[in-house]
Amino acid sequence: MAQRILMKGNEAIAEAAIRAGCRHYFGYPITPQTEIAAYMAKKMPKIGGVFLQAESEVASINMVYGAAAAGMRVMTSSSSPGISLKAEGLSYIAGSDVPALVVNVQRGGPGLGGIQPSQSDYFQATKGGGHGDYRMIVLAPASVQEMASLTIKGFNLADKYRMTSMILADGTIGQMMEPISFEDAEIEVYEKPWALTGTNCERKHNVVNSLYLKPEALEVTNFERYERYKIVEENEPMWEEYMMDDAEICVVAFGIASRVAKNAIVAARQEGIKVGLIRPITLWPFPKEALRKAADKVKGFISVELSMGQMIEDVRLYTQCKRPVGLCNRCGGMIPSPDEVLASIRNAEKGVF
Amino acid sequence: MAVVFQKPKSLTDLPFHYCPGCPHGIIHRLVAEVMDELGIEGKAIGVAPVGCAVMAYDYFTCDMIEAAHGRAPAVATGIKRCRPENVVFTYQGDGDLASIGMAETVHAAARNENITVIFVNNAIYGMTGGQMAPTSLPGQVTQTSPYGRDVNHCGWPIRVCELLSSLEGPEYLARVAVNNVKNVNAAKKAIKKAFMNQIEGKGFSLIEVVSACPTNWGMTPQKALEWVESDMLPYYPIGVYKDRSAAKEDAK
Repeated sequence: MAQRILMKGNEAIAEAAIRAGCRHYFGYPITPQTEIAAYMAKKMPKIGGVFLQAESEVASINMVYGAAAAGMRVMTSSSSPGISLKAEGLSYIAGSDVPALVVNVQRGGPGLGGIQPSQSDYFQATKGGGHGDYRMIVLAPASVQEMASLTIKGFNLADKYRMTSMILADGTIGQMMEPISFEDAEIEVYEKPWALTGTNCERKHNVVNSLYLKPEALEVTNFERYERYKIVEENEPMWEEYMMDDAEICVVAFGIASRVAKNAIVAARQEGIKVGLIRPITLWPFPKEALRKAADKVKGFISVELSMGQMIEDVRLYTQCKRPVGLCNRCGGMIPSPDEVLASIRNAEKGVF
Repeated sequence: MAVVFQKPKSLTDLPFHYCPGCPHGIIHRLVAEVMDELGIEGKAIGVAPVGCAVMAYDYFTCDMIEAAHGRAPAVATGIKRCRPENVVFTYQGDGDLASIGMAETVHAAARNENITVIFVNNAIYGMTGGQMAPTSLPGQVTQTSPYGRDVNHCGWPIRVCELLSSLEGPEYLARVAVNNVKNVNAAKKAIKKAFMNQIEGKGFSLIEVVSACPTNWGMTPQKALEWVESDMLPYYPIGVYKDRSAAKEDAK
């Protein structure tokens, strides 16, 4: 049997990153993700790595940019208001095609908001956040095990496609403890001939850059980047289906909301309601194929979210509004109870979405 | 025929895009000559700013990266912490370093980050067409201070070397100028020392180069160099503002 360790979600991310070969962490304190920095501060000096507390979120993401350009597996972590500050760097990292891992353990917003769990950075993570045309791979863990495994996956994907992987977690999963295993971790290694290493006077200089003053050149660069994104969209969507075989109602939820939804689905099934769950694990690329197929057989969808309803727009989009889509949500740091989700399912059964 | 003068190896063949009479060309050349003399072209990684020198990555033959506005010291920190064996430098202007990037500048200095910072102070935003800089002089007319910089309205110009010299962290802070041959030669010496310090692991060195912007100052190149002498240098005196190793030597 695989060896299992009891870990807190945030610490699982940090340990997984180290196991994935990350030896450089730059961050700035913010609740509720500070355990990641604390873990790195303790571990990195002992394994020849670097933990550096930056003067700001802005500086930390730019340190990540420099380290990524230097060819290293590098990460930063923050929570919602801090991610807004990092948005500038995220855009430059995307525009320069360097790989990085960024963790957002979300808290309620907007503004300073609160420090309790939230999923209200869905738009920011999946639709942009920084300026310009770009995408990030967005991974949404629903357990401490996934905090670890998606961190490792995130580093692999970042290097493979030369882009940012974002772990979009929430305060609940960041703070909860569960037993996890690292035994299935697969570390992929990619060549980085574009990295800044010094020319050693043996090659032409490498330039890491996002400036293209000629509009034709900028357009071509964006076209090429989106060709790469297309491959990501084809190959990398991940999702879980739960009790979907005979489902007539489909709940869509990610992260902590999906766990609440599962409880509600079990309860609804006991009442004879045929309901299932699609849980997107990658929020970008969104599992559109799964939603499209479900739209052909269920009578409607319920998007369960810790926000005012953000993912619901993608659920509508990728089901092409073929079926009604209801929203069951709490926000501001509140989490819907299984009973609230169950009530939405009962309504859906009656045709009320 | 003997070659008596040639382009440094560390500069590419690309013609500079700088305005006629702009001293950026001189300062690029000084940095490149120092890289040649120290034999570090193959080890160097340069960080270009946002500002007139935004395309510096095209001019140096070493590996280069383009930073966001003001973030060069943070980017350089990320690179240096990954590749301590490389020689990492930033090349920044006054808006970049002393306005939007002041936090990154101060904290890189406070950490005594082992990097070299070339700071070109020409008292104006050049690339965007001549706006007031954090180093524009009192009374200086710019596009955004059309009646002259009013210190009661927008404060006083910042003396970066003096400000940073209050920190324990930095190894070496010096202000030089490139308005005449004597000063250019002295500037090169200071730049060389700043790179040597990094190679010797001594830490953060910043060379503030008082420069000119004939185009946006609305002066001929000759007049601009005279204005450096008559107006800039009295406010920004040339000198060494911190030299920790020399201070230690003196203490012995």
